Amino acid sequence: MKLPMMGVINLIHEADEMGSLTAGRCLATVPFGGRYRLIDFALSSMVNSGIPKVAVFAHTKFRSLMDHLGSGSNWDLHRKQSGLFVLPPSMEDQTDFGKGDLYHFYRNRDYFARSPVEYVVISRSHMVCNVDFVQVLDQHRETGADITVVCKRTPEGLPGLARKVKINEVGRIVEMQDHFGRLESDVVSMEMYVLSKDLLLDLVETSLAQGRDHFVRHTILSRLNQLRVNAYMHDGVLGVVNNIAAYYRHSMELLQPEVWKELFFKPGSIYTKVKDEPPTHYRNGADVTHSLIANGCDIEGTVFNSILFRGVKVGKGAVVRNSIVMQNGVIGEGGSLENCILDKEVEIRALQQLRGSSEMPFIALKRKVI
Amino acid sequence: MRKNECIAMLLAGGEGRRLGVLTKDLAKPAVHFGGKYRIIDFTLSNCVHSGIETVGVLTQYQPLELTQHLGIGTPWGLDRREGGMHVLPPYVRQKGGSWYKGTANAIYQNLGFIERYDPEYVLIISGDHIYKMNYDLLLDAHKKNRADATLAVISVPWAEASRFGILSVDEDDRVVEFAEKPKKPNSNLASMGVYMFSWPVLKEALIRDEAERQSSNDFGKDIIPTLLADGARLFSYRFDGYWKDVGTIDSLWEANMDLLEDKPSLQLNDRSWRIFSASPNQPAQYIAPTAKVQGSLINEGCVVEGQVNRSVLFHGARVGEGSLVEDSILMPGATIGKDVRIIRAIVGEGAVVGDGCEVGSIEAEDIAVVGSGETIRLEAELKEAEPV
Repeated sequence: MKLPMMGVINLIHEADEMGSLTAGRCLATVPFGGRYRLIDFALSSMVNSGIPKVAVFAHTKFRSLMDHLGSGSNWDLHRKQSGLFVLPPSMEDQTDFGKGDLYHFYRNRDYFARSPVEYVVISRSHMVCNVDFVQVLDQHRETGADITVVCKRTPEGLPGLARKVKINEVGRIVEMQDHFGRLESDVVSMEMYVLSKDLLLDLVETSLAQGRDHFVRHTILSRLNQLRVNAYMHDGVLGVVNNIAAYYRHSMELLQPEVWKELFFKPGSIYTKVKDEPPTHYRNGADVTHSLIANGCDIEGTVFNSILFRGVKVGKGAVVRNSIVMQNGVIGEGGSLENCILDKEVEIRALQQLRGSSEMPFIALKRKVI
Repeated sequence: MRKNECIAMLLAGGEGRRLGVLTKDLAKPAVHFGGKYRIIDFTLSNCVHSGIETVGVLTQYQPLELTQHLGIGTPWGLDRREGGMHVLPPYVRQKGGSWYKGTANAIYQNLGFIERYDPEYVLIISGDHIYKMNYDLLLDAHKKNRADATLAVISVPWAEASRFGILSVDEDDRVVEFAEKPKKPNSNLASMGVYMFSWPVLKEALIRDEAERQSSNDFGKDIIPTLLADGARLFSYRFDGYWKDVGTIDSLWEANMDLLEDKPSLQLNDRSWRIFSASPNQPAQYIAPTAKVQGSLINEGCVVEGQVNRSVLFHGARVGEGSLVEDSILMPGATIGKDVRIIRAIVGEGAVVGDGCEVGSIEAEDIAVVGSGETIRLEAELKEAEPV
């Protein structure tokens, strides 16, 4: 069923402390979970909720994004009407590039204006979660809120950078601070904001006219008294993945079957670009336990407590422990990895040993030969 | 319409009767193979890699699952504005209409389709075989020999030759004799059921064959022998790669096991000749702390908590704790409970084998088969489940 809501995945000035993992790509296309990119979670959630039209506001380093999204067919977003819109920055001149996201929303206001649907959800790309926006919109309408923010209670805290939120007894957000703020709260914003299209366009134009150009800070944080901003509590899995510690921890959490089952299937499946890799070949002598393995791998060595992306080769006698090896990585014979993250197409030569710690995993740059 | 030099007609209506319960609800070309694929994926991928981008797929028997798999040809990049893949089922005309009576009749009934593309050559293939072949090289040989028809052939063991259409050729590879399933074969060159025809020759042969009341309207039994008798230029093209007809439970099982060799003669992990298929889009496979996997092929979405030896697991198959799966094939979504033993067996799509059951054995001569969607449970459990 179609939901009367359009989606925006806003990549403009995403909080990104991923270091070398985003040296050549935007945060949205950081590989995750053996075969996905971070953006797949928000995008699939929208599609599964029946949102027929999604815009991705691209900003920097978006080659891999265009390659990944293509026509949107992998998410069933290649439509005659609606579907996927990838909107790179549209600027008068180069100085406009650094302006806040509101400026870019304004430049692309036709995207909003042309659609007859009533509601908009604005989200980020780095929230690893599986959200049902039908329920979010239901609550939004029932409570009559101006804005509904998808939030998550995290009693144990999260390693990623997330805005903190304070909620009163009726679920209204009374205080919200950027991740570095001193607010004490175990609730974080998942950076998914549902509001009516009319209110959004009003806020965009008013804020810009007031000389302010930052969506969350200037239209929401500073208006918590004027607008009724409510929290919707998400009770599923959440990973805020925008630094290495969070990337490593949330990746490793996928090795718990209950996390795996929930994140990838409930309420809907997560889709990604299809690669046509054959099934993975476990050769005689392979010893694989407690791992998530994508297709196209060729494994002759030992893999323990690790995640292998598509097309990884693990040579005879090689040992991969507590590590993440991205697409087409090669671990030579007798090589050994412990607490490592290898970016795409890294080759580890025979007998080479690499070791990081669980707090500070060793990271190898894309296409590096070590 | 742009002119096509060569188009392919893919015969995909086969019932695959000898595959028993595995083809109860689907045509043979739609039978699952190699952990991820269906048999027809191989010929369709061959077409695309050979530069043939107009393919007519002739369906007949149980087409539902097959046509769903084919769609509009998107997984093979055959959803084209010009040409592309077309599913061609038998249809009704003003004056009657009928099922496809034989392989030649199937093409005859679609002469109109071929004429729309006005090709110079027509490739006839079937969706029943597993092989990787560059049809462009076959076309080169066909042109070089100025042939009317060129038959791809493969050497088979003499003992098996009487199961195939057998050709005898001269030193120029020209066909001098053709015998369909001969009792005493004069050669061990078997026809692979891959024919390259010059279109005018094929068209005339099909029209003549259709007029022949006695004909069974079959390429192997009628068209090829008639052309040969008429002195047409029939040539052979030798293929020496992996080729297998997976028409029986045994051969299907064997062909899957062939993939598990250290250096398989059919290499699936070949970036230059990818076999495309409709993607099930499932997460990466999960190998649990209690699992042990050796010499096997495992596809996305599988959850392995038990032991898997020399087996092929399709997408979404599950193996519970304490179970052993050995020398077996688990079709998509097959669920194996705890403490189960599956030895030398094929477990069909979506089938469930309950805790503690045993399927197949090392001693058994035949491969054990659990049909698609079947459920097997211990008798004790069945009794428990009955209302008191």
